[in-house]
Amino acid sequence: MPQSALFLILRRMRAPLITLIVCYAVALLGMTLIPGVDADGRPTAPMSFFHAFYFVSYTATTIGFGEVPATFSDAQRAWATFTIYLTVIAWLYGIGTILALLREPAMQRAIRASRFARRVRRLRQPFHIVAGCGETGTLLLSALDLQGRRCVAIDIDGERIAELDLMDLRRDIPALAADARLPESLILAGLRHRRCAGVIALTNDDQANLAAAVTVKLLRPELPVMCRADTLDTAANMASFGTEEVVIAFESFAEHLAMALNNPGQHLLYRWLTGVPGEPLPQPLEPPTGDWIVCGYGRFGKAVARRLRQAGVRITVIEARPEATGCDDCIVGRGTEAATLIDAGIERAVGIVAGTDDDINNLSIVMTARQLNPNLFMVARQNRHANGELFARFAADITMQPAGIVAREYLSLLTTPLLARFLAHTRARDDAWADELISRIAAVVNDTVPEVWDVDISHRRCEAVWHALRDGQAVRLGDLLRDPAAGDAMLACVPLMLERGHEPIVLPDGEVNLRSGDRLLFCGAPQARRAQAPVLHDYKELTYVLTGRDAPGGTVWRWWAARRNVRRGG
Amino acid sequence: MNLEKVVFGFFIILAMTLNFGFVLGEIDNPEHHHVHELFAAIVVNLIATVLKFGERTQIGALHLASSLVADLQLLTAAGVWGIAMHVTHVGMTSEVTASVVSLAAGALAANLLSVILLLAETTNLRR
Repeated sequence: MPQSALFLILRRMRAPLITLIVCYAVALLGMTLIPGVDADGRPTAPMSFFHAFYFVSYTATTIGFGEVPATFSDAQRAWATFTIYLTVIAWLYGIGTILALLREPAMQRAIRASRFARRVRRLRQPFHIVAGCGETGTLLLSALDLQGRRCVAIDIDGERIAELDLMDLRRDIPALAADARLPESLILAGLRHRRCAGVIALTNDDQANLAAAVTVKLLRPELPVMCRADTLDTAANMASFGTEEVVIAFESFAEHLAMALNNPGQHLLYRWLTGVPGEPLPQPLEPPTGDWIVCGYGRFGKAVARRLRQAGVRITVIEARPEATGCDDCIVGRGTEAATLIDAGIERAVGIVAGTDDDINNLSIVMTARQLNPNLFMVARQNRHANGELFARFAADITMQPAGIVAREYLSLLTTPLLARFLAHTRARDDAWADELISRIAAVVNDTVPEVWDVDISHRRCEAVWHALRDGQAVRLGDLLRDPAAGDAMLACVPLMLERGHEPIVLPDGEVNLRSGDRLLFCGAPQARRAQAPVLHDYKELTYVLTGRDAPGGTVWRWWAARRNVRRGG
Repeated sequence: MNLEKVVFGFFIILAMTLNFGFVLGEIDNPEHHHVHELFAAIVVNLIATVLKFGERTQIGALHLASSLVADLQLLTAAGVWGIAMHVTHVGMTSEVTASVVSLAAGALAANLLSVILLLAETTNLRR
């Protein structure tokens, strides 16, 4: 593929090049055969090849250098005139062909593809392939870029790729307009690259995401694949051949809505841990239980209705085309008119979900509903990122943005894989447990969303602890929670989980002895994370935390200290 | 019969024969080696090279490589000739002639290889 641009040029340049060679040859040959003339009018020997080549070179390229080896005879002048027209036309033909070739769409595609492949080949850091740069893809790319992670993007639409170039990103993301359904697109994007860390398929076409997942699982089975799916069928299909994570935006949102109804504590915990660090802490939502109205019975409406019914809520559905959506028992209408909403019992209802696939209709529904019943709990679905201003102005209790949900889920899966497993464990616990954890977290953060980070006890990720454990020193979890710079005060963080092999310990005790290979998940204030880093990496800091003494520095001093200890012990 | 094959074969063989014609004669006698013969050999070789552009087969790549070698040798020979005549002004002494002719003889070897490749390609043709 990368060489095809060169081949294309060579193939298409055959005729102009041969024309050029022949014209040069004719001009040169003439010049070396036609006799010249000296000052007295006597004929002289013709030009040598050297002089003829010199003369033709500056004439053919229209440079028109004035120096001639000797004054021309009339026969030479006639030939020079002929040469000028012959060679200049040949040059124009050649240059014209090259320019036309470079402007050809096929050629431009070949050049872009080869440039893209070269940039991907040169990546030296682990990178993810993001297939599909719609709203979700763009959100995810900019979030990953903020964290300094490398990505490669492909999208079937060249316009979106062009928009990506205009985005305000820290690093250049190699991007190409290519179809994710074709294996060669993914290979071009670096699927076989040593540093490829995973593939995320986010196109708005379920079939394309499925094709991408199959391609990865066949060509690089060890790589993780994450897929967006719009229907449960596709999700089940993807999971059947080992796709690691499938996020169904609507299902995921509906699940959280049901969680907010039934287990407000767990839901709040989830929002704290997955929020954007540094933003104000979200307040509990507390959606009321009672009669709800769901407008729009598409994929989103169905998911919400199912989850809400499971949560024990009575639901009235409003749908404009009941026969197309398979809705037996519903009120026919769009929900944007007061009459339909009154039919659905808006005065008695406690909550409304505006879940059609049209943003303006959704806004119209919630605005009408607010006039009819100002105490309603409002959930509005926002389809297009561009309408964010309008939804922010309206300030529904929950604004559901599918692109944002999918992007956030992937971001947390990619950056803190432990968090996803921790959240899965919390589902099994009750609300009281969640409330207790919330109060512990609230005690260490100052009204802002906490940062969540994980720590691998490995040579690469925390050298000091790994060396200490190898040397047989005991390191307790509590030792990593102290701040040596602040007089041994406790760091403002909570250890959420310790994973040893496949055994998770949720909310581990400070007395637990660490082993190498453990994976830890912390949450807390950003400054706690910064204060913890030196203890993990610097053996002096760690020794101070463990023993309360300053460790000796260089190799010689360490050897000396060890000898002294032995002598003292002996 | 395919006209493209005729033209292709014609230029490859002509490049070889012209080159052979120039090399023929005493190696250090300038009277046996005419400058126009070298010129014709260079032009035909360049055309043969361009005709080989854009071939994607293995044998096509080898064709192109041998042509590029012949071009390089012949252009160097012409360069040596030009420098001896016009830059250093030593003229066509037997040493200069010998080095020009031996460079051209190297090109002849590459051109012979081209012809052999052409024959091999033709005999392997199953259509």
